[in-house]
Amino acid sequence: MELTNNDKELLATIADLHSVPLGAYNIRKDGKLVSRSVSANINIVTKKDKPGIDVFIKDGTVNESVHIPVIVSEAGLKDLVYNDFYVGKDCDVTIVAGCGIACGTSADEGHDGIHSFHIDKNSKVKYVEKHYASGSGSGKRILNPITNIYLDKNSYMKMDTVQISGVTESVRQTDAVLDDGAKLEINEKIMTDESEYAETIFNVDLNGKDSSTHVVSRAVAKNKSHQVFKSVINGNNKCFGHTECDAIIMDEANIVAKPELTAKSVDASLIHEAAIGKIAGDQIIKLQTLGLTEQEAEEEIIKGFLR
Amino acid sequence: MLELKDICFSVKENGKIKQILKNINLTIEDDMFFVITGPNGSGKSTLAKIIMGINKPTSGKIIFNDKDITHLSITERAKLGISFAFQQPVKFKGITVKDMISLATNKEATVADACKFLSDVGLCARDYIDRDIDDSLSGGELKRIEIATIIARASKLTIFDEPEAGIDLWSFNSLIKTFKNLKNKYKCGFIIISHQERILDIADKIIILSNGEVSTVGKKDEVISKLSEVYSTCLKLEEAQNGTN
Repeated sequence: MELTNNDKELLATIADLHSVPLGAYNIRKDGKLVSRSVSANINIVTKKDKPGIDVFIKDGTVNESVHIPVIVSEAGLKDLVYNDFYVGKDCDVTIVAGCGIACGTSADEGHDGIHSFHIDKNSKVKYVEKHYASGSGSGKRILNPITNIYLDKNSYMKMDTVQISGVTESVRQTDAVLDDGAKLEINEKIMTDESEYAETIFNVDLNGKDSSTHVVSRAVAKNKSHQVFKSVINGNNKCFGHTECDAIIMDEANIVAKPELTAKSVDASLIHEAAIGKIAGDQIIKLQTLGLTEQEAEEEIIKGFLR
Repeated sequence: MLELKDICFSVKENGKIKQILKNINLTIEDDMFFVITGPNGSGKSTLAKIIMGINKPTSGKIIFNDKDITHLSITERAKLGISFAFQQPVKFKGITVKDMISLATNKEATVADACKFLSDVGLCARDYIDRDIDDSLSGGELKRIEIATIIARASKLTIFDEPEAGIDLWSFNSLIKTFKNLKNKYKCGFIIISHQERILDIADKIIILSNGEVSTVGKKDEVISKLSEVYSTCLKLEEAQNGTN
C-alpha cells in the first residue's frame, strides 16, 4: 500500500514525519501495515491474537526512537489496535505515536489505540502523541485512546499529548502505576471547536516510595464545544503528586475540570490546581497596542497558551 | 505632533456623572520628553489611555500629525506610530520575550535583534529571549521587558504610564538611566506619566494635572512652585476629608 500526498501531510502533522523516519517505525493505514523498520535494539512484531504490535526495546538502548503513526482515511472504518511497548532496563528512548483521520464522506471514522508501556528499572521514555482530523466529510471523526503505563523502580516517562483540532468526539483514558522512585510527567494540550466533545481521564497510582507525578493540561474550548478533564491521583506511599488544569473558555463552550486527590499515606504530598476563564481583556489590549487586531491578538494568545 | 483639543472624559459612578478630565488642551511636540504629573486621581493615567485609544473621550478631538484620530481604534493608532507601556505589564502564558519582540517589530526577531533592545534596558538577551512573560519574572524584569518591547516598535510617540510603579529601588535607578539613554538615542516624542522627581528632572517639559485640568505646562524650574502648591492643596483637601470622616 502506498501513501498518498494527503497521507504524507497527515504524517507530517501527527508525527513530524517529512520523510521515512530514522530508526524503528511502523506505519499503519486503514487497519493495515504500510511499512515497518526495526533496528538492532528495537524489534517490532505483529500480534497474533489481536490487531496490533509488540515493540521490544533491549536493555541499555539509548538515543533511539520508534515512530508508530496511524492514518484512517477509509469511509466508515473503525480501527482498533493494541500496541504494547516493552522497554528494557537503563534505556533512554523516544516513542512517537499519533493518529490522523481524513474524513471525506458522511460515514463516521475512528481509531481506538490501546497502548501499554512496560518500562523497566532506571529507563527514561519520552512519549509524544498527537491527534488530528481533517476532511470535508460530514461523518464524525472519533478517537478513543487508552494508555496504560507501568513504571518500574527509578524509571521516568514524559508524555506529551496533543489533540490539535477536527476530532468530533474523543474520550482519552490514561492509567499509570508507579513503583519506588518512578516519575511520570504528563503534558496535555487540547483545543476543541464547533460542537466537538473531548474528555480526558488521568488516573495515577503512586504506589512506590518517593514516586512522583505532574499531570498538566492546557485547554482551549471554542464555539459550542464541550470538554471534561478528570485527573485522579492516589498517593499510596511517601510520594509527590501535582495536577493542574488551565483552560481558556470562549463563545458558548463548556468546560468541566474535576481534579481528585486521595492520600493513603501520611507522607503523601498532593496538590491540585484548576483555573478556567476567558482571555483577559488586558492581554488583548496589550497586543492591540502593538498593532494587532482583536482577532489576531486572540490567535496569538491561544497559540502561545497551547505551545 | 499630538494635539489634544477640549478633551473631556466622564464616567457614571453611583448614578452620578463624575468628570475625570475637563477641557484638556495640550500640544505635544515631536522629539521632546514630556512628563505628566499631578496628585493621585488627577486624571493622568486616564489621559494616557485616551491618547492610546484604550479609553474614548466623552468630547473633544485628538489630532496626531494632522490626522484626526479621535475615533480610531487602538490597533489603528498603534499602526500610525503610537506606543503605550502599561503601568502593570501584562503577563501571558506561553508567549516568550522573543515572541513579544517579534510581534512588536512585525517580523521574526533574531537573538541579535532582541539583544539590541534588551541591552537598552540592561538585560542580557540570551538569558531572557526564551522566557515566558509570566509570573516567573520579577516586577522589575517585567517592566524592563515592557520597555524593551516599546523601544523595539520605534514609534513616533511613546507613552509610559507610571513606569516606576511596582519596581524596586535598584530597578528604578536602572530605569532612570534607561530613560536618559532613550532620550539621547531615539528621536521621537515621549510622554511619561510619573510622580517621581528624578523622572521630572530629565523632562524637557512638565505638564501638571490637577483635579482633571491642566494646571500648568513648562520647564521644571518654571513649574516647580506650582507643583508644590498643587500637592499641598491636595494634602489639605485630603486632611479635611479625613477630618469630616
